Amino acid sequence: MAQVTPMRTAAETQLLDLFPAVKARLPGAAEPRQQAYDAFAKAGLPHRRVEAWKYTDLRASLREAAPLADAPSAAVLGEVRTKAAPFAGLGPALAIVDGMFEPSLSDLHGMPAGVQAVGLAGALGTGHALAAQVGQAAQADDAVLALNAALMTDGVILRVAAGTQLERPLVVRFVRTGSQARAAFTRVLLVVEEGASLTLAETHEGPAGVGHQDNTVVEVITGDKATVQHVRLNADGGGAVDLSTLGVKLGADCAFTSFALVTAPALTRHQIFVTFAGENSRVSLNGGALLKGRQHADTTLVVNHAVPHCESRELYKHVLDGEATGVFQGKIIVEPHAQKTDGQMMSQAVLLGDNATMNNKPELEIFADDVVCAHGATCGQLDDDLLFYLRARGLPKPDAEALMLQAFVGEALEKVEDESIRDVLEGVVEAWLRARL
Amino acid sequence: MPAVQETVEQVRSIDVDQYKYGFITDIEVDKAPKGLNEDIVRFISARKGDPEWMTEWRLDAFRRWLTMQEPTWARVEYPPIDFQDLYYYAAPKKKAGPQSLDEVDPAILETYKKLGIPLREQEILAGVQTSKVAVDAVFDSVSVVTTFKEELKKAGVIFCSISEAIREHPDLVRQYLGSVVPVTDNFYATLNSAVFTDGSFVYVPPGVRCPMELSTYFRINEKNTGQFERTLIIADKGSYVSYLEGCTAPQRDENQLHAAVVELIALDDAEIKYSTVQNWYPGDSEGKGGVYNFVTKRGDCRGKNAKISWTQVETGSAITWKYPSCILRGDGSRGEFYSIAVSNGYQQVDSGTKMIHLGKNTTSRIISKGISAGFSQNTYRGLVSAHRKASGARNFTNCDSLLIGDKCGAHTVPYIESKNASAIFEHEATTSKISEDQLFYCQQRGLSEEEATALIVNGFVKDVLQQLPMEFAVEAQKLISISLEGSVG
Repeated sequence: MAQVTPMRTAAETQLLDLFPAVKARLPGAAEPRQQAYDAFAKAGLPHRRVEAWKYTDLRASLREAAPLADAPSAAVLGEVRTKAAPFAGLGPALAIVDGMFEPSLSDLHGMPAGVQAVGLAGALGTGHALAAQVGQAAQADDAVLALNAALMTDGVILRVAAGTQLERPLVVRFVRTGSQARAAFTRVLLVVEEGASLTLAETHEGPAGVGHQDNTVVEVITGDKATVQHVRLNADGGGAVDLSTLGVKLGADCAFTSFALVTAPALTRHQIFVTFAGENSRVSLNGGALLKGRQHADTTLVVNHAVPHCESRELYKHVLDGEATGVFQGKIIVEPHAQKTDGQMMSQAVLLGDNATMNNKPELEIFADDVVCAHGATCGQLDDDLLFYLRARGLPKPDAEALMLQAFVGEALEKVEDESIRDVLEGVVEAWLRARL
Repeated sequence: MPAVQETVEQVRSIDVDQYKYGFITDIEVDKAPKGLNEDIVRFISARKGDPEWMTEWRLDAFRRWLTMQEPTWARVEYPPIDFQDLYYYAAPKKKAGPQSLDEVDPAILETYKKLGIPLREQEILAGVQTSKVAVDAVFDSVSVVTTFKEELKKAGVIFCSISEAIREHPDLVRQYLGSVVPVTDNFYATLNSAVFTDGSFVYVPPGVRCPMELSTYFRINEKNTGQFERTLIIADKGSYVSYLEGCTAPQRDENQLHAAVVELIALDDAEIKYSTVQNWYPGDSEGKGGVYNFVTKRGDCRGKNAKISWTQVETGSAITWKYPSCILRGDGSRGEFYSIAVSNGYQQVDSGTKMIHLGKNTTSRIISKGISAGFSQNTYRGLVSAHRKASGARNFTNCDSLLIGDKCGAHTVPYIESKNASAIFEHEATTSKISEDQLFYCQQRGLSEEEATALIVNGFVKDVLQQLPMEFAVEAQKLISISLEGSVG
């Protein structure tokens, strides 16, 4: 196909101008930043001709690139302090407000033994030992990831020492404020050493109806025998453009579970890249998206079985009302010699609105023969017979629908092992369903 | 299992090179000069005796083609093709055109005998009425002979070569040619539109059930030639036709190019069943030579309750790039795709289907079985989509891959797009190898490893084989076993 180099859009030009303008202020990593910027300059914003972005044409939907958010003022921080966070009280929390790590809003002193937390900007600026691992887990030829690598302003690096077993989840809050659309590029790196175990919960909070633009990267690098649970809750007020990347690199004998719930933003793209670096590890990626109006949510994941004897499971549920669009693209790669791989992927969607759209693209790319891989994808309406059954027992139609949808999403929600967090997520799902009644 | 036993015997009788259609027929040919330009297009058009509008149609396509680029999205790799280094027209030299089989070059008839085509149709002489198949045989660039024409004519069915149809039935051809696969559809379809030399044309009038299976055998014989055939099948209201297609080519070290276009049109309540056994030369065990098979096949269910069913057995070709598709335009229409793609050696297959649901209550079914062995790469690439107005659309897709050996690859790339809430789509895919338990079970009962593998593979593809017409099912089963020969152990 002809390599078409289209005209630069306004948003592309703004993003390209942004980097030279703020370059001097960005902390550390000057060379990787420049390289990432060059990569972005070459590729431009992803569009439907880029296979991985086939169903999310960012070039068309991102009209304007918002300017970088200013560091929050004391008044703003005071306001944030008074707001209730979704996972408040469940565990020690760290806050990143408008692209800046805020120690004053973080429980830095309440960190459990064995957990080290440092600001990303500081670490990059001073050449902290952990900073060398930034960018190790999230490696992909992707323009959005490159933008983050070039423009990340701040974030957190967490290190969980070998053998540490955390009872309570670690919470990272990404908070956005202000009524003007602003962009934030942030990154979290979680280094889990051998035998450690924890739950990391991230929340994305923001004001209603503001078109903030977020580009977040979370990287997880584990040693052997580590257990990590990851939860991502998108609970901003709606209207935002939320681009996020989760990069995971697992050692041997590890278990990694992730669950992402999307209800709020106007446009989300959550991309996950998992690489197995050691044998006998297990990965379970799950998610739910409840969308209405003209919301668009895209989950794209690539699970790379580079070594033998690993297992991956994916389960994604979409509920699409109104004119919403759901996208699921999942790719399981089994490299040569990655024998005894076991990969199962499932994506299911319920279309409630007549004008809703679901695009599924579950892929298998297999170069080894002794494997068991499968994927399934379904989309359709709620089963009339089941609805009738419930209505015959006296439930009004909306309640019957809500009950069925709750069960539908619940199947994926069950993968969240931490009860306190699962309760909160169930609450978000219920609230969304109640709002439909 | 007599069939399996037969398969095994067949495998034994095959020589090392495995491909039994690799012989070359030595006949005089009439060739166009090498290369492609407007003059060559005019030359082909003149040789085919095209009317003026057809020549213009070809030239238009050729000019479009010059502005197009080869597609690169498929998972196949091959050195760049020099389109100027090919012969675009090669025809067996003839004096006045054969009026009967007796006038056909005996060397060609010998070829067809070797291919096992019952060209002489001895059944007629013997008065046997069962299992009759009308054959249109295409040799390099031209249709050599079409059998059973008279009998078909009685039923009102037109079955002839496309070049004859352009001359004899210009209205039908003009109305439908390029209406399913537009001239500008893709690089290879456009090339085909410019230089297509022959192919089959079928028209089944309203309410007629075609009295016999129609069949075409394609053969590339000449060195360095491309074969560009074009098939157009129209099933008018309430009619039914079953069409079979078989392909072979001689064993050559150079790669040969085959870029065909097949268009099917089914009007109200009509049904077309299209079966292919594709056995182009796949190249030798080192991956040298073989046919590049870049084919555009598409069916259009234009009327209400129309049905188009594709069944394909793909065992040949060095590279296959082929997506027989159905456009389900008429309300209540149905599309089916049954496929077995077997790859061995260094073959690369990128094949699948598209089911495009446009009308209400349209249904489709996809069953794809991929078997990869040796160093081959086998990809299923498919699209199922429901448009806004396709209420009640229903699709079921099942694509399974079987891997034999650890040097091959099996890939699945489905696209499932639903824009209608009442559409119900189900997709499932699995990839695995032949289970050790099954092999052990069979071997324990006295089957050799190869026999056991053949048995299990035949079971794996059973769902698709059942869809083939009888004559082809047996042949296909043998072919699969032959293709996989040498892949075990």
